[in-house]
Amino acid sequence: MTIEILQIVGFALIATFLALVVKEQKPNFAFLLIVFVGCSIFLYLIDQIYAIIHMLEKIAINANVNIIYVETILKIIGIAYIAEFASQITKDAGQAAIASKIEMAGKILILAMAIPILTVLIETIIALIPN
Amino acid sequence: MGLEVDIIFKIAGVGIVVAFLHTILDQVGKKEYAQWVTLFGFIYILFMVASIVDELFQKIKSVFLFQG
Repeated sequence: MTIEILQIVGFALIATFLALVVKEQKPNFAFLLIVFVGCSIFLYLIDQIYAIIHMLEKIAINANVNIIYVETILKIIGIAYIAEFASQITKDAGQAAIASKIEMAGKILILAMAIPILTVLIETIIALIPN
Repeated sequence: MGLEVDIIFKIAGVGIVVAFLHTILDQVGKKEYAQWVTLFGFIYILFMVASIVDELFQKIKSVFLFQG
């Protein structure tokens, strides 16, 4: 794990330096370089993320939590990550308007996915109220 | 899988070479050739970046969204 963070930091520093050099001549090439670096750092981390998620799933199964809820939460994390990634890159490319639209789409999709959980929550709260 | 350091050097190298060729062709007076060189360099890099973005999306799908 310690070696891996050193590798990632080295990779990111080299990429930053190269992006600075290329940006002088061709800004769009530097932009694609940054997209590539973002993707490859995430792909490098995907095994650890998979281990964490597997552990969460196992804990949830042991605790008798309905697997649908855990699945929904993981999907929400995935949507949030993709939306954040795209909006950061879009903002870096100077299109803040598109970035805010991507964020809005992410929020709306997350809310739509959370509808079953919210329904259950509201039903539970209503059941708790004595009439 | 390891980090693909050679590809970032490849992207930066293509960027610098394309900028160089663009300047040279501009100086010589072949402006349309300069545009084509830039376009093809861009497409080449875009192809590499698009393939890794596709890989990223497949991984995210399989890890977070439970779709194979």
